[in-house]
Amino acid sequence: MVEIVSFLSKLILPAILAFIPLYATFRKVPVYESFTEGAKEGFPTAIQLIPHLVGMMVAVSIFRETGALHFYLRLLSPLVDGIHFPREVIPLAILRPISGAGSLAFVESIFRTYGPDSFLGRLASTMQGSTDTTLYVLTVYFGAVGIRRTMYAVKVGLWADLVGMLASWFIVVMLYG
Amino acid sequence: MVNYIWVFMIASGVVAAVLQGRLDLVTSAALKGAKEGVAVCIGLISILVFWMGMMRIAQDAGLLEKLARLLRPLVRVLFPSVPPDHPAMGYILSNMTANLFGLGNAATPMGIKAMEELQKLNPDQKTASPAMCTLLALNTSGFTLIPATIIGIRMKYGSVDPAEIIGTTLFATGCATLTAILVDRLYRSRWENRVGR
Repeated sequence: MVEIVSFLSKLILPAILAFIPLYATFRKVPVYESFTEGAKEGFPTAIQLIPHLVGMMVAVSIFRETGALHFYLRLLSPLVDGIHFPREVIPLAILRPISGAGSLAFVESIFRTYGPDSFLGRLASTMQGSTDTTLYVLTVYFGAVGIRRTMYAVKVGLWADLVGMLASWFIVVMLYG
Repeated sequence: MVNYIWVFMIASGVVAAVLQGRLDLVTSAALKGAKEGVAVCIGLISILVFWMGMMRIAQDAGLLEKLARLLRPLVRVLFPSVPPDHPAMGYILSNMTANLFGLGNAATPMGIKAMEELQKLNPDQKTASPAMCTLLALNTSGFTLIPATIIGIRMKYGSVDPAEIIGTTLFATGCATLTAILVDRLYRSRWENRVGR
């Protein structure tokens, strides 16, 4: 199973990379010119993202480094204990929508302490794999086209994160609990 | 909402620092965050330049159109406001496909291209359109078939069966995505009622 999956994920990208230019050549597209023409757009897009990402990363960094995040985690723990949600993965549930790198580091710390095949290891893996960094995705996608008013997009993302976390917990308890 | 989250994070950080008598933490954290933000953007340049080049080839060869036509019924339900033959459709589908296979790096440029196309249809350039919110909902809920990154890390930590979490992840990500689509619909209809469309 692992072999098949790792083989597939290794195969997909090279396959796409070979297929697109070959198919295009067959359709008589000047591939190299097309490539450089499109690639040109990548640079200004990345530059336009700088103010958005700097703004978001500064706030996240202040929130984390000053211990504010930790404070809210402690505040939440009695509430979470009430529904028997495993205390050890609360920081992951809170970090995941805010910081992808931060939550990944937390998953690694769970693996180091409890092992990847423990109940908590499987739960952390599922939580990390089933949701995305809502704030980052929002910042990058809306930042790239200059959207200021985000409407209800954040709320939708956070609801999805919450359900994803609870569903991870439910299914891991069902299968391995 | 983003405004409130942003202010909340900064304000509670400053309060936490004051309470500990360590105001210097705020400054160093701010500088660190700013540096990280620029570093992420610089890291994105190579990926964006490369994939946007590839995407242009795919577009010029008519591949995006083909993809859009193939999966039109599904995407029409999710994005009723986008004309079925609009280039946005192709980019939305490429973005969804890349996400399915856990190709996060490849999915981002396609998502950005999709946003750019949706922006062309957007009457108010500073406010997100419902279609944009739906695209974002699909991306933030992170629907994935193969969570490649986490499988890799499980391997690194010596898991007996690194891929065993594919099933549980599929279930959880399915619930999250379903929720995102439903909640998005709910907010959209509320918004449509308010502006009287």
